[in-house]
Amino acid sequence: MAILVFVEDAGDELSQQAIAFGRSLAGDSDPLDAVRITNDGAGYAPAAWAHALAEVISERRPAAVVAPGSERGNEVLAHVAARLDLPMAAHCTSVALGDPAEVVRLRWGGSLLEEARIHGSPVLLTVAPHAIAADGVLDPAEIESVAASEEPADLLVRVSERVPSAVAGVSLADAEVVVSGGRGVGSAEGFVALEELASLLGGAVGCSRAVTSAGWRPHSDQVGQTGTKVSPELYIACGISGATQHLAGVKGAKKLLAINPDGEASIFASADYAVIGDLHEVVPAISAEIRKARGS
Amino acid sequence: MNILACVKRVPLTGGRIVLTDDERAISTRHLGFTVSPHEECACEEAVRLVEQHGGSSTVLTLGPPEAEEQLRDMMAIGVERAIHLVSDGSESDPQATAAAIVSAVREQGFDLLMFGNESADAGNYQVAVRVAYALGLPVVTGVKAIAVLDGGAAVRCEQEVPGGRDVYTVPLPAVVTVKEGINLPRYPSVPGRLRAKRKPVESTVAGPVDARLEMVRLRLPSGAEKQTQVLGHGADAAPAVISVLAELGLV
Amino acid sequence: MVIIGAGIVGNSVAYHLTRLGETDVTLIDKGPLPNPGGSTGHASNFIFPVDHSKEMTALTLESVRQYRDLGVFTQSGGIEIARGRERMQELTRRLASAKSWGIEPVSLLTPAEVKELVPYMNEQLILGGFHTPGAGVVDSLQAGTLMRERAIAAGMNVFANTEVLGVDVSGGRVRRLRTTRGDIEVDRVVIACGAWSPRIARMAGASIPLTPMVHQMIDIGPAPRFADTTGLIEYPIVRDMDTNMYERQEGTGLEIGSYAHRPITLDPDEIPSIEEAPLTPTELPFTQEDFDPQMEIALELMPEIVGDESVGVKYAINGVLSVTYDGMPLLGETPEVRGLWSAAAVWIKEGPGVGKTVAEQMVHGESEIDVYESNVARAYPCQKTSFHVKARASESFNKMYGIVHPSEQWESDRGVRVSPFYERERALGAVFYEAVGWERPQWYECNAALLEEYGDRVPRREAEWESRWWSAIINAEHLAMRDRAGLVDLTAFAIFDVSGPGALHALQRIALRQMDVPAGRVVYTPVLTPGGAFKADLTIMRLAEDRFRVVTGGAYGRSDMKWFADHLPDDGSASLSDQTSAWTTLGLWGPRAREILSAITGEDVSHGGLPFASCKRIEVGPLEVIASRISYVGDLGWELYVPMEQGARLWDIVYEAGAPHGLVPVGIGVYGTTGRLEKGYRAYGAELDGDYNVVEAGMAWGTVKPEDFIGRDAHRRHREEEPAAIMCTLTVDDHTSATGVKRYMMGGEPVLTRDGDVLVDRRGRRSYVTSAGAGPSIGKHILMAYLPPSEAVVGAPLAVEYMGERFPVTVAATDATPLFDPSNSRVRS
Repeated sequence: MAILVFVEDAGDELSQQAIAFGRSLAGDSDPLDAVRITNDGAGYAPAAWAHALAEVISERRPAAVVAPGSERGNEVLAHVAARLDLPMAAHCTSVALGDPAEVVRLRWGGSLLEEARIHGSPVLLTVAPHAIAADGVLDPAEIESVAASEEPADLLVRVSERVPSAVAGVSLADAEVVVSGGRGVGSAEGFVALEELASLLGGAVGCSRAVTSAGWRPHSDQVGQTGTKVSPELYIACGISGATQHLAGVKGAKKLLAINPDGEASIFASADYAVIGDLHEVVPAISAEIRKARGS
Repeated sequence: MNILACVKRVPLTGGRIVLTDDERAISTRHLGFTVSPHEECACEEAVRLVEQHGGSSTVLTLGPPEAEEQLRDMMAIGVERAIHLVSDGSESDPQATAAAIVSAVREQGFDLLMFGNESADAGNYQVAVRVAYALGLPVVTGVKAIAVLDGGAAVRCEQEVPGGRDVYTVPLPAVVTVKEGINLPRYPSVPGRLRAKRKPVESTVAGPVDARLEMVRLRLPSGAEKQTQVLGHGADAAPAVISVLAELGLV
Repeated sequence: MVIIGAGIVGNSVAYHLTRLGETDVTLIDKGPLPNPGGSTGHASNFIFPVDHSKEMTALTLESVRQYRDLGVFTQSGGIEIARGRERMQELTRRLASAKSWGIEPVSLLTPAEVKELVPYMNEQLILGGFHTPGAGVVDSLQAGTLMRERAIAAGMNVFANTEVLGVDVSGGRVRRLRTTRGDIEVDRVVIACGAWSPRIARMAGASIPLTPMVHQMIDIGPAPRFADTTGLIEYPIVRDMDTNMYERQEGTGLEIGSYAHRPITLDPDEIPSIEEAPLTPTELPFTQEDFDPQMEIALELMPEIVGDESVGVKYAINGVLSVTYDGMPLLGETPEVRGLWSAAAVWIKEGPGVGKTVAEQMVHGESEIDVYESNVARAYPCQKTSFHVKARASESFNKMYGIVHPSEQWESDRGVRVSPFYERERALGAVFYEAVGWERPQWYECNAALLEEYGDRVPRREAEWESRWWSAIINAEHLAMRDRAGLVDLTAFAIFDVSGPGALHALQRIALRQMDVPAGRVVYTPVLTPGGAFKADLTIMRLAEDRFRVVTGGAYGRSDMKWFADHLPDDGSASLSDQTSAWTTLGLWGPRAREILSAITGEDVSHGGLPFASCKRIEVGPLEVIASRISYVGDLGWELYVPMEQGARLWDIVYEAGAPHGLVPVGIGVYGTTGRLEKGYRAYGAELDGDYNVVEAGMAWGTVKPEDFIGRDAHRRHREEEPAAIMCTLTVDDHTSATGVKRYMMGGEPVLTRDGDVLVDRRGRRSYVTSAGAGPSIGKHILMAYLPPSEAVVGAPLAVEYMGERFPVTVAATDATPLFDPSNSRVRS
């Protein structure tokens, strides 16, 4: 039973996770095909990519098609599913093939798990980010390239231009350190201290949904289920209570330091390190200590 | 421009999630309901586009009778018309959801059909795409800015990607899924609330369909609580924090 | 000791306990600090000090004083607006209450004046407003935090996130708290858990009878009108009384709250846990459809703010608050478990005052503010049931801002306690009023014929307000009783026996008067607090050497019983047993009473055979009756006690024997008001409470008994000093109001000089009407009031403010001398 993996980009971590997931499905005996779509430098066109992928699927009839749980992975597979009128399960953490196939997938941004059955073949699924480690990477040479469709109807939606990010510095999604503030920061001005600490650590500033709703920070700073999902080495949560909506965005963080005056705040349940205290005192003290250590 | 925004009634979570006894839903004994955040932004965007370019806005939901509350919530922030595909409230899979929407809107001549990028609860990432294919319309997902071009002939959509924004220009009619951050939805005004209360809701019954993505049961992820190391209290904890930063190679 | 609950009440109790020198104090809460998630966290936090209840007003004023001291009070002023004529009349009553309780300045405003203070209001909708400049808004969370910090500085321990799992009780005392962080040995526990209080009490086998209820509120903003406000609160709070709503500006927003929606009660167990609650546990999801009508009302009243399309609804909740069956808090030690205290059903406006009061009670055994109406021990078992609490809380919810008549009757959960005479009374056309669950005839429609018989001698009333919940038949019954005889159902008495070898000693300790009297004597006695204030007044029959029967009013009977139980000797030599449901009482009074009683008993009931203030067992037909010769109506007669199940037979015998003598059934309208007022008899809860002492009440006759008793030292001191006020009886000279309609005071009104100046005694207490009612036999409307000594002169001309007008009154008695039968020849004949 062949497994087909759709690879968005050979070097991309979520694509590698999809390959690892596909490999675990295929085991040692079944063939594993990894496919990426090329379009000769023209902009990304989801329908064109999906059309090409759907043809590969129709041709090879794999038991399952696995795509990364990235924005494009979900999008391309959704197109494939619509085109082939097949069910699709997004953000799966495990699958047992069969008729029907049984999957476990994320709901509520990972706050809940769903056990579901997929009635259709092949099984279309995307892999929940970080559900599986990206080991056993394929040699890029083993990834097959397939040309995107060039039918005009498939190219109606196509990236015509990329506007680079105006913001200088580290992007929230890529930052090694994220200094994030919640309702406890109290005001837009309160973020000055967080910005200072982030800049000392070469990191980015994030915030909770309460903060963007209050208009203290732009939505682009929001970490959470409906904001940016981050994966820093250290996430510093300042005055954040720890709502499930927020925690859904920090699942990728390696370590979490929480600063909160309430020693029993629910954020501490997810924290590796805790400082109990008022962030307005603690954060400047950390910055001062860093400066002292650097002798400046 | 006639704009449709599709929304889903979901529980307003915040605290610890508790499941119902049959493990097929979240217990909502203590919870209110809302629409998914992305979808609330879709409605706000629809209202703003109509304010700028004329036309009319419509909100649609597939859900139990109680979902009328969410339709009225959206009318309270300015959506003019509401369509309710009344279900028995059980889980509707993405294909069934898309089919129900398609049959309700096929003849309505919407120029722009807006969805949330994914629902807050199920997060299937596909209903809008399926609707687009069924209607033969282009679809752009994950949109964080929309501009109407050529007097309503097309829209320019921006999608956030690592390092910047990808731009799509799509002829109308089209399907667009939006993400929170495209706008900051307004709070309903009291007159808006009262107007919404008096507006009609067009409702039709949506029959049950066999699910092809069939939810069996829900469960809570095993809560492997972390061992939390308390570094200290107040400003005195700063040196301990520095040690941790050093350990992690961050200073 | 441990205080459970770190809301405004718990923090305040904790602070005051440490202030009073308690060192071993621990505060715990299952939630986090500073906002553990109870009702304090979402309270609207505004305070209108004026209330018709003296006790509630005192708690509120004390709370405002403390909030001011803590620097968390913002004085914004407040306006209660009237949309209808009856509300305007009610506002004049509030004016009078403000004057009685010393809250000044207050004033009535015209619509234009209201508009000046609240420019965004549509003044076309209103007839006027009642302005309280001293009203304001507090930061209750901050107040709690400051008080907690002070208590911590004084050595208190605090454990947040610590939930109580169990309360161990043995030997009737609280011993141990079991919590999520281990056990705590305790000798005293204060339950200050707001809406959760019943749950904690139940763990100990006690009861705190309140129900959580939902109150809706929304915040809208930002309003352009408020864009330039510099202070947090710049406009007065508006209470839209007739619609049960309020609106108040804070910052750039307006908060709109309502008590107008359908009553929504919950069980304490239905409140979500902290973990499950999307906001805090007491901020429940908003139910829009319940609030829609209120939005329309607010929009109409404040169109500029509420009708602005740019002003959004930013926050909307169904907030949980605690409501009791009678609207008063639940304070004091629970009657079920020694050492287990309640400080519950308290709102922000009275929180710190309650904290101080409960702490004082715990440390001193009494409090500066007498809170007898809030005593948790007051409830009878049938009043503690969830059914009753929910029924009454639901009924009162929409009256939160209501115009509540002093005699207004409950509609829900009636007919719970009925006397053996009930069916007979019904047949006679009794109009039943409720007292602590009992159905008591207020008057009998069958006596309507007496109106004709007595004609012009029957005082009538003209105004609708005073005629409401009232009938002239009461006055006709009064005259018939004075002429012939009346039969009164007194089943609502609370009765308990104190017996055992130590009974006499115990009662000597509790009662002011000499209790070492021969068996068969009846003693009417005040019961004092350690400070010499009134705790109760009641009668005690010595039935035998070692057995006494205490008879007290139903209203505070349970509180009195707890006081007695608390002060029995520790050695078990005296015990108390409740007889309330075992005995019924029938009062027989009037000039023909002896003829009637003689006709049905062979015993000697002559003045010599059964003198005043004595009792004995007599046979009446097949019944053994205890006949007690005392009177609260000032006529010859007896209280006749029989076991409950024999009551009906007693009624029939007396009724039949009385017929030839013109005996009439007489309601509580006579017994509780007209009869006693003509005799100058004081009533607990009106003339007698913790604010006044025996000397001031004019009841310090005789010498002080040599035996020690509670309050003796203070009482002796009171006898030595000049009283600051003297209980006086006054009569109204002219009832004619400006419209020509005669008006009759009902109690609570301020007593003034003829020029309208308030009377204040040297302890700062205002003179107000403690009781008011007709005196049919003397042809005058009678008032009672404490007056400063300078005014306590027979014949002194004074005035009473009522419904916005002043009426001339004259002092008629300055001591216990009755206006009717001053020599007491009737009772002693």
